[in-house]
Amino acid sequence: MLRAFLLLLLAASLPAGASDPPRPSPLRNGSEFQSGDVRSLQADDFANPMALWVERGRRLWSEVRNGRSCAACHGDAVRAMKGVAARYPRFDPSLGRVVDLDQRIDACEQAMTGTAFASESDDLLGLSAYIALQSRGMPLKVSIDGPARKTWEAGRDLYYTRIGQLNLACTSCHDASWGKTLLAETISQGHPTGWPAYRLEWQRPGSLERRLRACFNGVRAEMPAYGSPDLVALELYLAWRAQGLPMESPAVRR
Amino acid sequence: MSMLGRLSVPPSVKRGEPFAVRVIVQHPMETGFRRDYEGKVIPLHIVDRLVCRYGGRDVFRATLGSGIAANPYLVFYVVATESGPLEVEWEDDKGEVGKVSADVNVG
Repeated sequence: MLRAFLLLLLAASLPAGASDPPRPSPLRNGSEFQSGDVRSLQADDFANPMALWVERGRRLWSEVRNGRSCAACHGDAVRAMKGVAARYPRFDPSLGRVVDLDQRIDACEQAMTGTAFASESDDLLGLSAYIALQSRGMPLKVSIDGPARKTWEAGRDLYYTRIGQLNLACTSCHDASWGKTLLAETISQGHPTGWPAYRLEWQRPGSLERRLRACFNGVRAEMPAYGSPDLVALELYLAWRAQGLPMESPAVRR
Repeated sequence: MSMLGRLSVPPSVKRGEPFAVRVIVQHPMETGFRRDYEGKVIPLHIVDRLVCRYGGRDVFRATLGSGIAANPYLVFYVVATESGPLEVEWEDDKGEVGKVSADVNVG
């Protein structure tokens, strides 16, 4: 009897696929909600302004800082970083928590050179754009098993929690209303495949965390700090929700 | 790292025919009209001069103003006269300069 009860308890606590929250159907990538102009700017590898930051990242990759360089350990980024960005955020055993790509890059920089990158700095965005470029077109696939599970659950809960003076949850727009119009914008499905992206509104590139903070601000909620557990959990949940979509980074968004 | 720029010319061009020169410059192009979160004016900071040299002379000059978006992207046409370097140089209002060059092959 007790054993049967324990088995039942175990079954209830297992990550059952059937109880996963629904994902938009069909999945539509971020650029599909952009205007033709923005899409063609993104597709043009010369005119896409992210190319400037990719170039910065390419130079930083082999630049020697504190006697070390990314290339010295990792080798050629085109080979070594292929598909890496499509697997983030992920649980990092050495840090003991789930991190996104920017945080992983910064942790590496701190360990190797002793200095940190500032959030949203040209250098950090350059490196993450350069690394993300090596995964362009590859399907997003993150792991939510093992130690990442708790973070995924926290992200899921935040995704469905109404917040802010407008009392909206992420799901209110990005599941219930995608494809509809909000002012001059078409509401997207909220997939993170294009980040870091050049956002025309900002006139510069930004990370997914900056974009998420803008959504918090938009519903008049308190914005979480860069790198806060809330943002990382949401990033992991969004990546899981978008799994299978091809990476578009470095993208252009309105 | 200094101001980055990128320059693109076709791999080969015909003598006497025009070809597209594409240039993009990394710059915030701060208009001087915006304010930060404390209400202080963010000072004007723009690239104001850009010049293209080819075949020993200036073939294109531009004066940019505060109405130009960040990371200006310019496309213009130059008539192919001879093989050789094509240089684009720019300067912002703080005197910082940047330069990119590419080789033109007249076939």
